[in-house]
Amino acid sequence: MTTPLLEMHGIVKSFPGVRALDGVDLDVRAGEVHCLLGQNGAGKSTLIKVLAGAHQPDAGRITWRGEPVSLSTPQAAMSLGIATIYQELDLVAGLTVADNIFLGREFSRLGLTRPAEGNRAATALLTRLGHPEIRPTAEVGSLPAAAQQMVSIARALSQDAKLIIMDEPSAVLDNEEVERLFAVMRDLTADDVAVVYISHRLEEIRQVGDRITVLKDGRTVATGLPARETPTREVITLMTGRDIEYVFPERRARPAQDEAPLLEVEGLGLRGSFADVTFTVRAGEVVGLAGLVGSGRSEILETVYGARRAGAGTVRVAGRRLRPGDVAAAVAAGVGLAPEERKSQALLLGESVYRNISISSLARFARGGFLSGGSEKAAAREQVAALDVRPADVDREVRTLSGGNQQKVVLARWLLRDCRVLLLDEPTRGVDVGARSEIYALIRDLADRGVAVVVVSSEIPEVLGLADRVLVIGDGRVLAAEPAGALDEHRVLDLVMEDAAAHGGAAHAPYEGDVA
Amino acid sequence: MSGSTTAAGVGASQEPAGTTAGRGSSRGPGFLAGPVGRNLGLVIALAVLCVVGAITAPDQFLDVDNVLTILRLASVIGVVSIGMTFVIIGGGIDLSVGALVALSSVWATTLATQQMAEDVHWIVMVFTALAVGAGAGLVNGVVIAYGKLVAFIATLAMLAAARGLAEIIANRRTQIVQDRDFLAFFSGDVLGVPTLVIIFALVALAGWVLLNRTTFGRRTFAVGGNAEAARLAGIRVQRHTMWLYVLSGLTCGIAAVMLMARTTTGSSTHGTLYELDAIAAVVIGGTLLIGGRGTIVGTVLGVLIFTTLGNVFTLNNLSSSAQAVARGVIIVVAVLLQMRLATGNFSLGRLGRGPGAPAATGAPAGTVSGGSVPGGPGGTPPGGAPERPQT
Repeated sequence: MTTPLLEMHGIVKSFPGVRALDGVDLDVRAGEVHCLLGQNGAGKSTLIKVLAGAHQPDAGRITWRGEPVSLSTPQAAMSLGIATIYQELDLVAGLTVADNIFLGREFSRLGLTRPAEGNRAATALLTRLGHPEIRPTAEVGSLPAAAQQMVSIARALSQDAKLIIMDEPSAVLDNEEVERLFAVMRDLTADDVAVVYISHRLEEIRQVGDRITVLKDGRTVATGLPARETPTREVITLMTGRDIEYVFPERRARPAQDEAPLLEVEGLGLRGSFADVTFTVRAGEVVGLAGLVGSGRSEILETVYGARRAGAGTVRVAGRRLRPGDVAAAVAAGVGLAPEERKSQALLLGESVYRNISISSLARFARGGFLSGGSEKAAAREQVAALDVRPADVDREVRTLSGGNQQKVVLARWLLRDCRVLLLDEPTRGVDVGARSEIYALIRDLADRGVAVVVVSSEIPEVLGLADRVLVIGDGRVLAAEPAGALDEHRVLDLVMEDAAAHGGAAHAPYEGDVA
Repeated sequence: MSGSTTAAGVGASQEPAGTTAGRGSSRGPGFLAGPVGRNLGLVIALAVLCVVGAITAPDQFLDVDNVLTILRLASVIGVVSIGMTFVIIGGGIDLSVGALVALSSVWATTLATQQMAEDVHWIVMVFTALAVGAGAGLVNGVVIAYGKLVAFIATLAMLAAARGLAEIIANRRTQIVQDRDFLAFFSGDVLGVPTLVIIFALVALAGWVLLNRTTFGRRTFAVGGNAEAARLAGIRVQRHTMWLYVLSGLTCGIAAVMLMARTTTGSSTHGTLYELDAIAAVVIGGTLLIGGRGTIVGTVLGVLIFTTLGNVFTLNNLSSSAQAVARGVIIVVAVLLQMRLATGNFSLGRLGRGPGAPAATGAPAGTVSGGSVPGGPGGTPPGGAPERPQT
């Protein structure tokens, strides 16, 4: 076997509070499509940023054609021939196609640009990509997403890229456009260009990929799997499974069957995302939503909370209907959400721990709008002690805490509010493996105190281990709702995969009608 | 994001709960970055200015009358700056303050208003000014919070419209304040302290209490620091944003009353360029222009620094042009210093990295929080542009 084009070995990258990459290995051969798979938060984005020279790894070795290299800047990566096509395209919308392709390397003489030459070269590149219909003088902002992607790829080619990283390019494309993208990728690989392809859609990977590397929790769990032969179940298990057995807290012997439901969701729907979702959660019960990325599970949670405005259906808390699309009303009714993107959606990173905890219960510590700082801090301290947030310093800035402790701060916020319904989106995302059991115990403890809990997780064992009842979500619909004891990982995977197969694998059939 | 913060955070988080070491390390880099450190720098700057003033104009500068002059000059722009501080901490900007001062002063000195004031009490003029300021602020707030217009544009439009309206009402003439009691009250003093200075002090105190001791203040920090997190925490972000602009407009109304007293006129040319003076004072006072962080004390010091600077230059017979240059230099130096202080990163090498630095700092937040780029979970549905909850 010849030397791989690119080899990465033992790449480690830490950010304050979390280890995003914890020993990643990857080797890419010239002329192959290498697929990078993993759940959100598995480390894919960080890895490609390391490859693009945007992040410096803390440890690890990178070799290019057998030579050790350091990708210290984006320019260094580019000059080796590594080009990245980001999910959010980094094009200048107001410039023309040709200007974008040759941005920073414009054709010029004596400082004057030579547009004709640039246009000719751009046309040549786009023709090579099979898209001669994209005019080089068109403004990029006016082009559809697929054409913009082609412009990005043309730019990569113009820089003589040997390795092109594509971060979920198909997310913004329709089926036909995806086909054309694949044709382009095949042409590229025929010219010995390597492509690192990231997608959540397994069927695409079968179609276009050569080999697969799977990341999980910042580690490579499998590498060099043949893309066409590896069974889907094996791939999904690698992504969603657990290599460590976690201790899940014991469920209450008798779940609260007879209590009135605290949260009632009926016929809930959100255009283009999910439809007709119905379930109830009783006090003291943990209900899990299991499903793959894109199944609509997070959207369901956010819609229940009012962060998205439901298109159909009702949400009731203790019998009272919540106004759709009104978070403040949901919070007032005793609902709390621990969102998936903790740092951007839940925390005030520059503020202290106690202020983050009290933000949703300020009225409680105020008389006529005036805050009583003493009682506020004391209450926050109580929560910090109860949840064992470390360090137990309520004046510390939240940004300096680890992921697990940040999650505890979010939970403390809702505990302080005495919330009755708690919605948890990926509660252990970004939480160190060691701290997860603690979070699980906390969630169960909350339920035992009479809170109705809904947990969304992309890790199927987590949902099964934590929940009393599980709703399996696929394509924005509830595929099954059963007690957790009646399900196991295989059964859940079967349900999800049957469903995907029934819908031609495209994973979106049910709401095509809505979109049109 | 800096190396030192990282080390402190990681190191301390592994320590047993509540050790003094943990507290110490959190304070280490944090001390200068906190309000104390930032204001300390401003106090030193003000002290240096005073020393320069005392040396270059020893007889005049330290004179009590001169000190009162500085304070009186600072008071009007100071009141406006307090309102501006709230708006900026809340993640906005208000370019219309100068125009609102003009409009309020004109409206409060029309013949009709003055007639009514004569019939009832001069307090009518005060109420009119406050109501006009707050009302125009409400328009700003509604357009920005509910109309979702960018604050810069909305208040820029208000700047133009309000001053134009003031010109129409005053017919471009200066309107003399007739009421003697009004003038006597506001241009008087209490135990030697001019009423205007007392008003500034009261507004600053009220602002400090509002920002630091009330739910309104706490929510202001939250809305400016992370609007999405504030929304998901149950705060009514739009309503709050609206109130911030009402508050700013109200301070413009107060400033208009003060200007009417100081100049004995209402005029459509009052408050010209106040928006820039106020923003400059707020920013050198340590308030982040992107919101989420700031102090009233810093703003007051910022106002005092600029006013003292003007005074020192005037006493030394230096031109107002030279003064303008000095102001520019002070703004840049102060903000550069703050940026270094705020990140706890003093290395100048960082400066040189320029474009690389922001990319590197911006990225971790996105990556750490799940490593997914926007559109991750919501991005896979077809046809649908990934719909993110946004305010």
